[in-house]
Amino acid sequence: MAVHETTENAKTTAARTPNRGLRWLRRHIITIAGLCTLGYLILPNIVVMVFSFNKPNGRFNYQWQRFSTDAWSDPCGVADLCGSLGLSLQIALWATIGATVLGTMIAFALARYRFRARSGVNTLIFLPMAMPEVVMAASLATLFLNMGIQFGFWTILIAHIMFCLSFVVTAVKARVMSMDPRLEQAAQDLYASPVQTFLRVTLPIAAPGIASGALLSFALSFDDFIITNFNAGSTVTFPMFVWGSAQRGTPVQINVIGTAMFLVAVLCVVVGQLAGKRRKRS
Amino acid sequence: MTKTATPQSSGGDVRLQGISKTYGSFTAVHPLDLTVPAGSFFALLGASGCGKTTTLRMIAGLEEPTTGTVELSGQDVTVLPPYKRQVNTVFQNYALFPHLDIYENVAFGLRRRGIKSVKKQVEEMLDLVQLGPMARRKPQQLSGGQQQRVAVARALINHPQVLLLDEPLGALDLKLRRQMQLELKRIQTEVGITFVHVTHDQEEAMTMADTVAVMNGGRVEQLGAPADLYENPATTFVANFLGTSNLIEAEVVEAGGEELLLKAGDAKLRLPAGRCSASARTGEKVLAGVRPEKVALKHTDDAGAITEGHNRLPGRIKDASFIGVSTQYVIEVPGLGELAVYEQNIERDGRLVPGAEIVLHWNPAHTFGLDAAQDIQAGADLDEEAA
Repeated sequence: MAVHETTENAKTTAARTPNRGLRWLRRHIITIAGLCTLGYLILPNIVVMVFSFNKPNGRFNYQWQRFSTDAWSDPCGVADLCGSLGLSLQIALWATIGATVLGTMIAFALARYRFRARSGVNTLIFLPMAMPEVVMAASLATLFLNMGIQFGFWTILIAHIMFCLSFVVTAVKARVMSMDPRLEQAAQDLYASPVQTFLRVTLPIAAPGIASGALLSFALSFDDFIITNFNAGSTVTFPMFVWGSAQRGTPVQINVIGTAMFLVAVLCVVVGQLAGKRRKRS
Repeated sequence: MTKTATPQSSGGDVRLQGISKTYGSFTAVHPLDLTVPAGSFFALLGASGCGKTTTLRMIAGLEEPTTGTVELSGQDVTVLPPYKRQVNTVFQNYALFPHLDIYENVAFGLRRRGIKSVKKQVEEMLDLVQLGPMARRKPQQLSGGQQQRVAVARALINHPQVLLLDEPLGALDLKLRRQMQLELKRIQTEVGITFVHVTHDQEEAMTMADTVAVMNGGRVEQLGAPADLYENPATTFVANFLGTSNLIEAEVVEAGGEELLLKAGDAKLRLPAGRCSASARTGEKVLAGVRPEKVALKHTDDAGAITEGHNRLPGRIKDASFIGVSTQYVIEVPGLGELAVYEQNIERDGRLVPGAEIVLHWNPAHTFGLDAAQDIQAGADLDEEAA
């Protein structure tokens, strides 16, 4: 190839230009593809961000009119928006705690012990990830109805913990399975009682798996709509509020909340990366 | 049992009585009695799967013996969990805590025993293993040899009565292994703690240990000082696993005196009666053994110059390989098979090339006798595998 190119270059100078362009493309094609994908992923967020500074004429925030910070200076200006946001955050927090604690324990049991129901539990844990959400939502609602349970905060929380569990179990189990069992033996050999061994060695080593399970749970619970909608009764979470308002007109405040969530998430990732880098350097 | 060790505490002895371990129908360790004297460097040597690591783990408390008792310094610890035993282990592949830095790895044992001011002790220990500047690094940032030293420091800082080492040098390359062997021996002499070292490397065991127990198939084949085991192997396994041995099937033709007279093929061999571990009455079969480096070669033309009274066997050089310090010959002896001879390269006889007719000879005092009822090849191929 190289030889071929040099002879061609020697022949004509005119052929050089397209050739050079091709070579440039060949060298940068991966970067270009990467940037395109990144743009594809990030563009919706940018649109949301830009429209949070819009001042729409009607009730719908679909067309750019003019720049304004009205929505940013009064994010709770729409009735019920901040209430539903608070409820969603509350549910996400409790669902994360519940699913992480239960899921971690299940993961340890599945990774460490051989018991009769082990394969059965493994399948059950996988089900919420594989099953269509609507089906799960409807059957849960049927269950609650038949048991005569009042729909509301608690039914939503129970439903969220259920589907978050599988993600926590999967994340933690992978981490525990790859852990060298000799580390725990070494801890015991160095005078750590079983409780100390768990707190000082097992848990810190499993921590990244637990943390990623918890983060996933929070994100999944916060933006769940289908299951929540079936099991909420008259309670309104943030995704349900957005859905409801979309029928009647979308307030700019929704974009403000969306942008804020996006920025918080980005900030978390950046801080995490920096902390990791500094730890590696020292 | 109190876990407060004084810094001056020296080693304790280990006494295993009738200890065994079975997994289902598989017996990993047959009932075993073993005493490791306080302050000694003791090696358990054997090929993989011989039960040496299981024995070590039973001393540490990581494995519960099926039968028998473990005593440390006269105290029965058989039912004590590992964290209540005053022993520490250097694990194979070290098992350093990846989430803690070197300093905290070394301080781990002290902190678990509730000792608050660990700084001085940790720094001293890191100096002992020459890793002071590495204190704040994570284990994965260290080389294999450095990780190995951290593992030793992490165990030794607790001043255990006994330090258990499970193939601690297995993951290192040859040169580093040699260096660490001397290092470990130095540390052991310095701190005076009893070391029990598990290894499959016979050279490592002989270099470092005062006493070596050779294990095979869940049993101790022989126990003794390295030189003793090498010079007077009691079984064909020990003879072949520790170095190389020439074993010759022979028949006792004359017994009763200080020397036995044997007949091997057409040749007559002499064997000191005291060096024959088998019963040797006239007419019985024994295995006469001799180490390759104890045997000398003479060209057939010079056979007259061989010292009177030496054992002799005629043969032909089949192969010769020059390896620097010595030349290793394979000699074909008619009727007896192949024998190995290692000659130091001091005065090389140019006629000693493959095909040459020669006479092997050695001082009868270097001959040892073994029971002929054993597998003559036992342990021979294991050694090659391990090396």
